[in-house]
Amino acid sequence: MPMTASDIVDMIKEAIPDAKVDITDLRGDGDHYSAVVTSQRFKGKTRVQQHRMVYDALQGDMGSGLHALALQTALPSAPSDDNS
Amino acid sequence: MLDINDIITSEIADNDVVLFMKGTPVFPQCGFSSQVVQILSYLGVSFKGVNVLDNDELREGIKTFSNWPTIPQLYVKGEFLGGCDIIREMFEEDELREFFTENGIEMINT
Repeated sequence: MPMTASDIVDMIKEAIPDAKVDITDLRGDGDHYSAVVTSQRFKGKTRVQQHRMVYDALQGDMGSGLHALALQTALPSAPSDDNS
Repeated sequence: MLDINDIITSEIADNDVVLFMKGTPVFPQCGFSSQVVQILSYLGVSFKGVNVLDNDELREGIKTFSNWPTIPQLYVKGEFLGGCDIIREMFEEDELREFFTENGIEMINT
């Protein structure tokens, strides 16, 4: 069953509460998404570790219920860059 | 009879650069696998492609082995480097070239 963008955002935020998630449904089919996840919790972690945190948040749906999620992870930019 | 984990372990021990992928380097059968093949080919890195579609046990086993839910998966010198998104991002930021250089992986196109 396809997952909605808001299901994905909710699951990520449940596991990583400070996460900011920008999600795009690439084909409008509820099956191919692209997401940029930003969180302070990624600090000091490798890209592999950061992506694993997001995959863990999706609790096994990645690769099964969810066919494709192009993922990019990032740390929040410096506070002075926010709200500009 | 070799356990699937033993097969994976020996592939990544015997080859400096191993790509677990859907299809073969010449004929990738998935867009994500194809992207990583293209990046490696662009840099001129020689690698061993392992087709997970040949073996269902391998297809699931590699996900557990790496604790990573998707394919392709790239291993360099026995270390899991990432899947398609990470490899592409590293390539775009020119970190991949740096990584191969630091790890003594030959790139014939540099």
